[in-house]
Amino acid sequence: MRENDVILQTVSKIAVFIILTFGVYLFLAGHHHPGGGFIGGLTLSSAFVLLYLSFDVETVNAGIPLDYRKLAATGVLISVCTGMGSLLFGSAFLSQTFAYFNLPLFGKTELATVVLFEAGVALGVIGVVVTIITSISGEV
Amino acid sequence: METIIILLVGVLVSVATYLLLSKNVIRVVLGTALLSHAVHLLLLTMGGLKRGSVPILGDQPETYTDALPQALILTAIVISFAVTAFFLVLVFRTYQQTNTDNLHELKGADNE
Amino acid sequence: MTLIHYLILMPILAAAFIPLLGVGAPKLHLGWGAITVPILLFSFFVSYVPAIASGDVFSASVAWMQALDLHFAIHLDGLSLIFTLLITGIGSLVVLYSIFYMSKERESLAHFYAYLLLFMGAMLGVVLSDNLMVLYLFWELTSVSSFLLIAFWFRRKNSRYGAQKSFLITVGGGISMLVGFIMLHVMSGTNSIQEIIAMRDTLHEHSLFVPALVLILIGAFTKSAQFPFHIWLPDAMEAPTPVSAYLHSATMVKAGLFLVARFTPVFGGEATWFWLVSGVGIFTMFWGSFSAVKQKDLKALLAYSTISQLGLIMSLFGLGSAALQGGASTESVLYTKAIFAALFHLVNHSTFKGALFMIVGIVDHEVGTRDLRKLGGLIAFMPVTFSLAVISSFSMAGLPPFNGFLSKEMFFTAVLNANQMTLFSMETWGLLFPIVAWIGSVFTFAYSMILVFRTFLGPYRREKLEKTPHEAPIGMLISPIILCGLIVLVFFMPNQLSHYLLSPAMNSILPTYANMDGLIPHISAWHGFNLELLMTIGVAVIGAVAVKTLRYWYLVYDFFPEHRSIDSGYRWMLSAGERLSHQATSRYMTGFLRHYLYYIYGFLLLITGGTLLLSGSIIIDPSGDAPVAVYEVIIVLVMAAAAIGIPFTKSRMTAALLNGVLGYSIAIFFVLFRAPDLALTQLVVETVTTVLFLLCFHHLPEWSREERSLKVRLPKLLVSIGMGALTVLIALSVQGNRLFDSISSYFEDSYDLAGGRNIVNSILGDFRAFDTMLEVVVLFIAGIGVYTLVTLKAPKGEDERERE
Repeated sequence: MRENDVILQTVSKIAVFIILTFGVYLFLAGHHHPGGGFIGGLTLSSAFVLLYLSFDVETVNAGIPLDYRKLAATGVLISVCTGMGSLLFGSAFLSQTFAYFNLPLFGKTELATVVLFEAGVALGVIGVVVTIITSISGEV
Repeated sequence: METIIILLVGVLVSVATYLLLSKNVIRVVLGTALLSHAVHLLLLTMGGLKRGSVPILGDQPETYTDALPQALILTAIVISFAVTAFFLVLVFRTYQQTNTDNLHELKGADNE
Repeated sequence: MTLIHYLILMPILAAAFIPLLGVGAPKLHLGWGAITVPILLFSFFVSYVPAIASGDVFSASVAWMQALDLHFAIHLDGLSLIFTLLITGIGSLVVLYSIFYMSKERESLAHFYAYLLLFMGAMLGVVLSDNLMVLYLFWELTSVSSFLLIAFWFRRKNSRYGAQKSFLITVGGGISMLVGFIMLHVMSGTNSIQEIIAMRDTLHEHSLFVPALVLILIGAFTKSAQFPFHIWLPDAMEAPTPVSAYLHSATMVKAGLFLVARFTPVFGGEATWFWLVSGVGIFTMFWGSFSAVKQKDLKALLAYSTISQLGLIMSLFGLGSAALQGGASTESVLYTKAIFAALFHLVNHSTFKGALFMIVGIVDHEVGTRDLRKLGGLIAFMPVTFSLAVISSFSMAGLPPFNGFLSKEMFFTAVLNANQMTLFSMETWGLLFPIVAWIGSVFTFAYSMILVFRTFLGPYRREKLEKTPHEAPIGMLISPIILCGLIVLVFFMPNQLSHYLLSPAMNSILPTYANMDGLIPHISAWHGFNLELLMTIGVAVIGAVAVKTLRYWYLVYDFFPEHRSIDSGYRWMLSAGERLSHQATSRYMTGFLRHYLYYIYGFLLLITGGTLLLSGSIIIDPSGDAPVAVYEVIIVLVMAAAAIGIPFTKSRMTAALLNGVLGYSIAIFFVLFRAPDLALTQLVVETVTTVLFLLCFHHLPEWSREERSLKVRLPKLLVSIGMGALTVLIALSVQGNRLFDSISSYFEDSYDLAGGRNIVNSILGDFRAFDTMLEVVVLFIAGIGVYTLVTLKAPKGEDERERE
């Protein structure tokens, strides 16, 4: 994609992990704090974009063997299917529910079905954004 | 504050419209991007500005700023991103096929 | 849902499954699969005959759209039953015939039988619906499926032309009928036909009564190919012959007759109805038979003969409607004979015309031509077909011992009765009916004889035929043999038919006369030397002379040249319509994006701005505004400057960066205005967008200058400033006019309702999750779009062809 740039590559190796961690945090925090599926997904995909910017496409694809189009499709499928899931329990399409559990190590924890939905959203966003960027830059 | 932001929205809409009426395709795409900026600001303003705290529930009851426009804008931002990306690719593929970025030359044949 | 509902839906569902059967059993001729449906339906409907004959009716309704008074309501009475038996009975025979007619190797049978079954379901829907709107729905479905069937050989130009013509005319009539139905609904307040019939006396005075009557009749006339709408039927003969035998003789064209019969209790007794139905009918009868004689193509001859026969039945319905003028009395029961004759002839016509179409199909199939100038002497090769042709066409000509004789005699009785009428100024015009009817019958006799003797007798010329003729396979002969058997059977046992089918139908067409003495006449073949018999003998004698001296008669036809026909009028209207709309469209559809945007903005400014000004809702009230800080003003000024700068920059790179500046400033505002989620999203999105812009610029040339002339720039400036001003005014007025409280406080309970403290995300993931789901879908579609646009490229050559 571009000629080797040692400084950029070294920095991004570290930065990518920070961004990835931050992205996952944002995704999980979304229920009670700023964050959520969209932002998490966008942040995670920006980490991938950074990788593509600093290394060439082949290297990244070898390191992360993911088909982003399938990832996007999976995400959309998950979002739609969690909606269907609520139908099984006799409630309206896409109704979410939540409950509190006492888990070892975490103590009282809230688990919500919306996480599954948001996970679908996040995967969809990552898949689409990376697909767009790589398909355009693949044209160079 | 609201009045000032609304005036700013007006300026953004004017410039966006002017760009949309251009014959260069990139200007048109920029126009759509600008228009979505204007709409996001407008939506937020319509919900009222600075009327409470961040819409994240705390332990003490307090007033919160209107969360509904924010949810709408969040959706709108992502969609406008998708649309802009699509437009851009459409533009550069059109250029590759027809070798022009001038809308007046993209008019098409007369007898269609 | 009752059984009858399922019976209507069964063929439509079967139409969906027939193609699957073709995949599952590729060796099977699909007709064998399709034929089970009409046979099954026929046996179901036959099982209703005893109950209907004893006076029962079956009604049931399934609620569909209550608010629109739209119900899937069905009503099975004597009238509907005749039609359902015709549809399914003739349908079975036609499908059987088509199994031998349609080649499994060469034709796309899955399509053929799917369309045919779709049509069958639609037709059943028409005759069984009791709801005006549902009737209309099925009515148009028959037009659509008929279009598909006529255009079955869609590679032929004539097929497409014929299909388009029949579609335009019948759907045009259908729309007129819909308007009539809406008027009926306005008058009566109900969509149920039976309820409308029940309140017929109160409707007569309504000012919409006559317009509704005329509009509904236009629908019936177009469907039943009445003059001057008959022109589509000859062109529809481009359809495969089984289709012509089914749609254009026995069923679809009879839908118009059904409609007239169904609405006779509502409109009957009205002078307009009487004159339109009987007048148009009798003239169509004459014109159709007159035109049939000059045809050279056997199918065209049959098409015109169908038009003529439909006209005959139509005129009988018209004459019979006079019985509903005033009350039901023993005198006016005389007029009801016409309705009885109409129903009787309707059944008879289906038998002999169905058989004739099949016979012509056999000739076409085995000889390779339908041209009368080439045919002749086939009797030696196809004796069975010849016998069948004699039976069916003698029946059509009205000769004994065939069923056509009986109904033709009753037709003469009816027109002679009409002569005695003292209603609707029939004293002056009544004599026209017997005269026109008699002349039309002479022509009918003539073309019936031409059909048989020109084809099967006369000189045999092998050199003009494509194949050596031989008798058709037995499978193709079964259906016409059955129909010809019916023709003879009905002649000898007409009163059984009358008892089981015709009299219940009479009761439903003439509810006020129900079960009155003299309503159901006794049909007898011999009724002495009366005027009717003399008329028939006259028809036969004069007709025979006419056929013998036919070549002198052709001079008469030269008075009606092609270029002044109704057909050329239709073609002229079609091309004029196309030309006009092309001119009008090309005037404003310039192909310039800018012009289209001008139209949109123009309307927006005019309508929205005008409403805003005229309604006086502009209120500017900045008192409730939040306080302003200095740094906020600075950001606003920076943003305004960046925005205004964009059109003036020389480099697109600068423009994209300025757009980025705007985006990041908005992110700052999101922070200031307490929207952390938005700020985060905006930051990331803006970064990615800017990257996208820069990536794309790599592939694109530097942007060119815009036109600088004032003529171009001034309207652009005016429109954009207008749009900005309009937005500001609307936004300020909204700020000033708070009409109701915000609904957002509901979402502030998100912790209890959705277990989330972040209200925005609770709305996205929980309260309005449907929006979010669709948003992801949109995003995904855009992603697929981008990927496809980038990766799919047409090969060089193909691209050139596309542009031609």
